Amino acid sequence: MKLNYSQAMALAVRESLQQDPNVFLIGSIFAGLSAAGRAAFTPLVQDFSSRVVPAPVSELGLCGTAIGAALSGCRPLLDIGTASFAFQAWAQLANEAPNIHYMSGGRTPVPATFYLMTGIRGAGAAQHSHRIQAMLGNVPGLQLVLPATPGDAYAMLKWALLESSSPTAYISHCQLLEDEHEVDLAAPALPIGKARISREGRDLTIVAHSVMVPRALAAADRLAAEHGIEAEVIDMRSLCPLDRETMVRSVAKTGRALIPDECHLSFGAGAELAATLARDAFSYLKAPVHRVATPDVPIPFSPVLESALIVTPEKIASEALAMLNFQKS
Amino acid sequence: MEDPVKHQKRLENMLRIRRFEEQVVRLSKAGGFPGHYHVYIGQEATAVTVCEQLEPHDMIFTTWRNHGHLLARGASPGRMLAEILGRATGLCRGKSGTLHLADKEIGMPATSAMVGGALPIATGAALGLKHRRSPGIVVAFFGDAALDEGAFYEAVNLAGLWKVPILYVCENNSIPPQKRRRGQFPSSSLNAAQLIDVPRALQIPSEVVDGADVDALCGCFRKLIAEVRTSASARFVEVRCTRWPGNVPLWPELPGGEWNLEWAFGAKPEPQDLAAWAEKSDPLLNYLRGLLEAGTLDRDIAFAVDARVRNEIADAVHFAESSPWPDPAEATRGTFAAERRT
Repeated sequence: MKLNYSQAMALAVRESLQQDPNVFLIGSIFAGLSAAGRAAFTPLVQDFSSRVVPAPVSELGLCGTAIGAALSGCRPLLDIGTASFAFQAWAQLANEAPNIHYMSGGRTPVPATFYLMTGIRGAGAAQHSHRIQAMLGNVPGLQLVLPATPGDAYAMLKWALLESSSPTAYISHCQLLEDEHEVDLAAPALPIGKARISREGRDLTIVAHSVMVPRALAAADRLAAEHGIEAEVIDMRSLCPLDRETMVRSVAKTGRALIPDECHLSFGAGAELAATLARDAFSYLKAPVHRVATPDVPIPFSPVLESALIVTPEKIASEALAMLNFQKS
Repeated sequence: MEDPVKHQKRLENMLRIRRFEEQVVRLSKAGGFPGHYHVYIGQEATAVTVCEQLEPHDMIFTTWRNHGHLLARGASPGRMLAEILGRATGLCRGKSGTLHLADKEIGMPATSAMVGGALPIATGAALGLKHRRSPGIVVAFFGDAALDEGAFYEAVNLAGLWKVPILYVCENNSIPPQKRRRGQFPSSSLNAAQLIDVPRALQIPSEVVDGADVDALCGCFRKLIAEVRTSASARFVEVRCTRWPGNVPLWPELPGGEWNLEWAFGAKPEPQDLAAWAEKSDPLLNYLRGLLEAGTLDRDIAFAVDARVRNEIADAVHFAESSPWPDPAEATRGTFAAERRT
C-alpha cells in the first residue's frame, strides 16, 4: 500500500496501542507542524483519547514522566516535538533514561520512546533547526533510530513501542514527513541495527542517514545519468545500534566513502562513521574518506542564507566527483 | 496504648538505619570506599514512618541520601553495603555505589543523584500506575534543595494536572541562613516564605510536620497516604528536620563517636552542638524518651534491640568486606536491556 511517512508512523502507533494495553501517548500533536502529520495523527488521537495524556509545555518534566511510566510497567511514547526542544529535557534524556538500566546492575529496563523531529526544516533559524543525533550518540544507553523511509518509519516505531526494552530516541526529520512510498507491511522488517543498501554501485559508497538518504539517492541518480558513475548508497537507519560492518563491507567493494551528514561538520555523526572507516576499511580505501556536512555555524533565518548551508544532492554529487578524481601522490 | 511490639519494631527499624550509617562513615574514613556520600542520620523517623504505611505494590523514589529509605523499605543491609564498597554482590553489581542505590524488587527501581532529578520520574511512575489501574501509589523523597530546581515545579504541576497518586516528601534539613558558613554542604535558597507555599500555589494540598516527633510523623503519613490512595491525587509534606551536626561539614563526621543509647538515660554527649541536637532534635532519642516515660519500653529491651541491630549490621559489614570485586569485564555489560519477545 502507498503510505506517506506520517501515515506510516500513525499506523505503527495505532497498531501498537491495539496490541499492548501498556502503550500510551504523552502529548497529542505528533508531527503537528506538517499538514501530513496532522492529517495522520488527528484521527488516531481521537480514536484513542483515553490512551493520550494531554501535555503542557514541560519538556523536562514530561521526559521524566515517560521514564517513570516505563519504570512502573508501561511503554509510553512521548512527543518531545522539535528536536531542539530536547535541550529543555536534556537532564532527563541524557542523564536519567540512559543510565538507569546500567546503574541498576541490569535489573531495571526503561522501555520509553521519545519522539523527536530533527533537522533544518526551513525558516527554523538557529533555535529550531538542531540535529541532535550526534550529541545523543555520545550518550551510552540511548538507542537512536532515524528512519528515512515510510517503511522504516513504520517498522522502527513498532519495534520501539512493542519490542525494545531500552530508551529509544525515535528521530524523524521535518523534511521527510510527507514523503510517500509503496510499503509492504507484511514483509519481514530488516532488524534494528542493520543498515540497508538502498542502491547498489561499484564506484563509491555514500553512507547516509535520515534526510541524507533521499538526497544521496538523488545525487547517485545524477552521477549515473551525467557521468556514468555508479554510487552505492547505504541507509544507516539507526546510529545506535550502529552497523559498522555493512558500511565497511561496501567500502571494501568500492574503495571510496563519502559521508553526507546534516549534523555540523565538527563532531557530527559523520565523524564517527569516518573514523570507523579510516580504521576498519583502511586497506580498501583508494581515497581519503570525505564528509559533506552543515558548516560549523548556527542556522540563519533568511532563506538565502539557510540555503547556503544545506547539504543538497548537488553538493553530494560534486564532492563525489572530486573524490573520484583524487590521485594518490 | 499501642502495641509495645510495634514500638520495638519501629525502634529497631530506626536504629538499623543509624547503625548502618555509622558504619558507612567509619568505612569511608578508613578508606573502605572512594568518593563522596551522604548519610541519613537524624532523619530515620521519616523513612520508617512512611514505609509503615506502604503496600508491596507501592513505589518509592529517593536521592543521593538514599540509605535510610532503602533500609526502611526492607533492602538487604549486606547487599547495600557491598554496593557502597563497589563489590560484585552489591545490589547493583557495583554500578551504582552509594549515590544511586536502587532495588527494583522492593519498588525502588531507579535512584537519581541529580537534585530534583527523580521528581519527574516519580510523577511518571504514578501516571503509569494510574494507567495500569494498579492500586499502588508513589512516594518521592527529596531534600529542600530540590525546590531550587525547575524540575520540581514541572513535576508537581504535572501531578496536579493529571491527578496521579503521589506523596511528595520534602525532608528539609537545611541550615538556617544565619548559621551557614563556607565549606559546609549547601542548603536550599528559596525565595518563598515557606516551602509549602510553592506546591500550594499549584493546588497540591500541603502540610508541615516535625521530623523529630515520631508520633506526629505517624499521624501525618497515615492521613496523607490514605488521602493519596483514596483520592488518587498528589499531596506534599515538608518534614522539618534539624540537621545532625555530623552532616554539617561537607564530608560527614561522627561528632561524639557512635550514637550512645545511654543518651536516652541521662548521659550527655559531647560536643556542645551534638548535646543540643540530642536534647531536642534527634527523633530517635525523642522517641525513646517517650516510650520509656510511658513504660512501653524498659532499659533492658532498649539495649537488647540495639545489640540485635548492631549484630545485624556487623554481619552486613562482614558480608560486604569479604565479598569479591566485580569481574572488570562487567564494566561493559548491561548498557541495554534485552529486547522483549512479542
